[in-house]
Amino acid sequence: MKLHKFAAYSTAVLTAAAITTTQAATLDDVKAKGAVTCGVSQGLPGFSNPDADGNWTGLDVEFCQAMAAAVFGDASKAEFKPLSAKTRFTALTSGEIDVLPRNTTWTLSRDAQHGDFIGVNYYDGQGFMVRKDLGVASAKELAGAAVCTNTGTTTELNVADYFRSNGLEYTVVAFEKADEVVAAYDAGRCDVYTTDQSGIAAQRTKLADPAAHVILPEVISKEPLGPMVRHGDNQWADIASWSLNCMINAEEAGINSGNVDEMAASANPDIQRLLGASGDMGDLLGIPNDFCHQIVKQVGNYAESFDRNVGPDTPLGLERGLNALWKDGGILYAPPAR
Amino acid sequence: MAEVTTSAPPKQSFSFSDKKTRGQIYQVVTIALMVWFVWWIVDNTSTNMSDQNIKFGFEFLNTQAGFAIIQSLIDYTEESSYGHVFIVGLINTLVISFIGCILATILGFIVGVGRLSKNWIINKISTIYVETLRNIPLLLQIFFWYHAVLKPLPGPREIHSKGDELWLSLTNNGLLIPKPVAESGFGMVATTFLLGIVVTVILAKWSNKRQMATGQRFPVLWTSLGIIFGLPLVVYMMLGGPLSFEPGQMGAFRPANGLGLNIIPEFIALLVALVAYTAAFIAEIVRAGIQSVNYGQTEASHALGLRQGPTLRLIVIPQALRVIIPPLTSQYLNLTKNSSLATAIAYPDLVATFAGTVLNQTGKAVEIILMTMLVYLTISLLTSLFMNWYNNRVKLVER
Ligand SMILES: N[C@@H](CCC(=O)N[C@@H](CS)C(=O)NCC(=O)O)C(=O)O
Repeated sequence: MKLHKFAAYSTAVLTAAAITTTQAATLDDVKAKGAVTCGVSQGLPGFSNPDADGNWTGLDVEFCQAMAAAVFGDASKAEFKPLSAKTRFTALTSGEIDVLPRNTTWTLSRDAQHGDFIGVNYYDGQGFMVRKDLGVASAKELAGAAVCTNTGTTTELNVADYFRSNGLEYTVVAFEKADEVVAAYDAGRCDVYTTDQSGIAAQRTKLADPAAHVILPEVISKEPLGPMVRHGDNQWADIASWSLNCMINAEEAGINSGNVDEMAASANPDIQRLLGASGDMGDLLGIPNDFCHQIVKQVGNYAESFDRNVGPDTPLGLERGLNALWKDGGILYAPPAR
Repeated sequence: MAEVTTSAPPKQSFSFSDKKTRGQIYQVVTIALMVWFVWWIVDNTSTNMSDQNIKFGFEFLNTQAGFAIIQSLIDYTEESSYGHVFIVGLINTLVISFIGCILATILGFIVGVGRLSKNWIINKISTIYVETLRNIPLLLQIFFWYHAVLKPLPGPREIHSKGDELWLSLTNNGLLIPKPVAESGFGMVATTFLLGIVVTVILAKWSNKRQMATGQRFPVLWTSLGIIFGLPLVVYMMLGGPLSFEPGQMGAFRPANGLGLNIIPEFIALLVALVAYTAAFIAEIVRAGIQSVNYGQTEASHALGLRQGPTLRLIVIPQALRVIIPPLTSQYLNLTKNSSLATAIAYPDLVATFAGTVLNQTGKAVEIILMTMLVYLTISLLTSLFMNWYNNRVKLVER
């Protein structure tokens, strides 16, 4: 190599590397690449699961699509990265994904260490499933059992707390991949399968004979599942948070994907503001003013999304329960858009 | 260094056309670039960490872990600390690597010698073994042993009923064997055993010396076996067998924890896969090593009247070992590193527990990855050091 060439190369390398890696605002990044990148599960029916054609479906997936609709006015501009429970936070902090809607429980340590939760899109609790032929009616009868679970989850910690505080002997077999957990349980490596109740309902559909298993009555924890964003970008956190609030407020106001265009012309000032027909709600967030209109039109309100993915008419068959609106006896309550 | 050119031009103060000067400049630039690169990585990491409000530090090692681990050779409960998890994971990694290396060496030597066998069947079996196992990805082999062989075994409840004494049980819960319990006096037996080893070493030295001096041979092998195993056995009998075996017991769902010795299926699957896979490579190394010894040596040895056994032991193997040891070392290192595939099947090694669960719970990525990398580096260096020492011992002593 000629010397001047060598010198030129080294200067190039030096300057290239010297450009500091300052973190641009997530919204700008997202606009530049033309899509919202969401970290989702590796396949949890009802929450984030690829269908037969490879299209992602589920409650968490639709939240991501709602954000795409809010930012781009186009729900299809959402990209999905499947992540294991163990790797999800690293993917978020490293900037590989923009938002993490991955049935992730809101806890203090995660909030402090890994990022910010922007709300709750499913209120859940941890449960147990066992084979019917074990003849077990309560979790208290599980002394000496082996429990299959996922590493890197609150599940793993709750089950340890529960068995320990009840003085029950147990063995835990912890896998990284959710499908491995289900397969191990199905093959009899463990007597108990434990995770979020919604997760049990979802994974149960993957068992060889779902009817041969029962879910025990105990709910041993609070699992508020919510999307997460990186620490330090308040604007992006607001956009995420108000995309979710939009879906809940729309349900409360009786707006759905079928009537949203009519409703936009409504005389009700609350509805006008929510859908961007008046006011500057979107502008304040730095996204199109009709962002909520687009979300409801292209994705739907919370009830539509719930019923389509996890509701009574789906294989999961979950009731609204805690996830009903506050005025219907649940605890779903979004702050007003004003 | 010696000057090559005799009619060297008058020394120039500084010139790019001078090869030596250029070389020096390249070196300085390279070092500068490297220092700068390391600094850049460190600086970048710490800037990013402070941007995200992450503090560097190891205090987290004292925090309570809160999760259970399926296999631990030391006392561990959910109340133990993350630092404790590190130790448990490390021991689990060391155990599987150590046992794996020993078994892979034995199997590898058998198959390697088998490939040179004149017996058609042994030869073909060994060849098929090597060609199949080293060409199937290791992860697949692990899955094969775990999902296809061990998991379909009957569940404990299918073959045992509650309260059964279990002396030997192979189920999808693992392999349960009786737990040896040492009673008073067993220390004597162990001491005799260790003493036997020391005596044997001295005996071997003495017999070598005697053979050198007088040409007389002493049956070291049989005497040694007698001293190492026979003597402790006599002591054991005299003390009335101070070792008992405690069986397992079937509980409501599976064998009770802590009774008997249960080897979990995750350990078995990982061990078998690592051993089978690595042995295929070791077999090839052994074959190459033996073949590297010129056949003339064997012929010469036969001509001197040595039989096949001594020829192998005294002529061929010592020379083959020189060729075998260095690549064997890298196989040991490979096996150790490959053991981190444990994550795939719930064997709680260092990567699965510490670099997995603990990292996920604490978010201390830099500290944890640093510690884990250091562990693997240290294990590798120690293995290399040991093997180099051994290599120096067996290498050809030129007279
Ligand atoms: N909510 C719990 C558990 C989340 C979790 O990972 N659950 C598993 C079991 S339901 C799962 O999502 N598996 C699906 C997958 O990884 O693809 C947490 O945040 O730690």
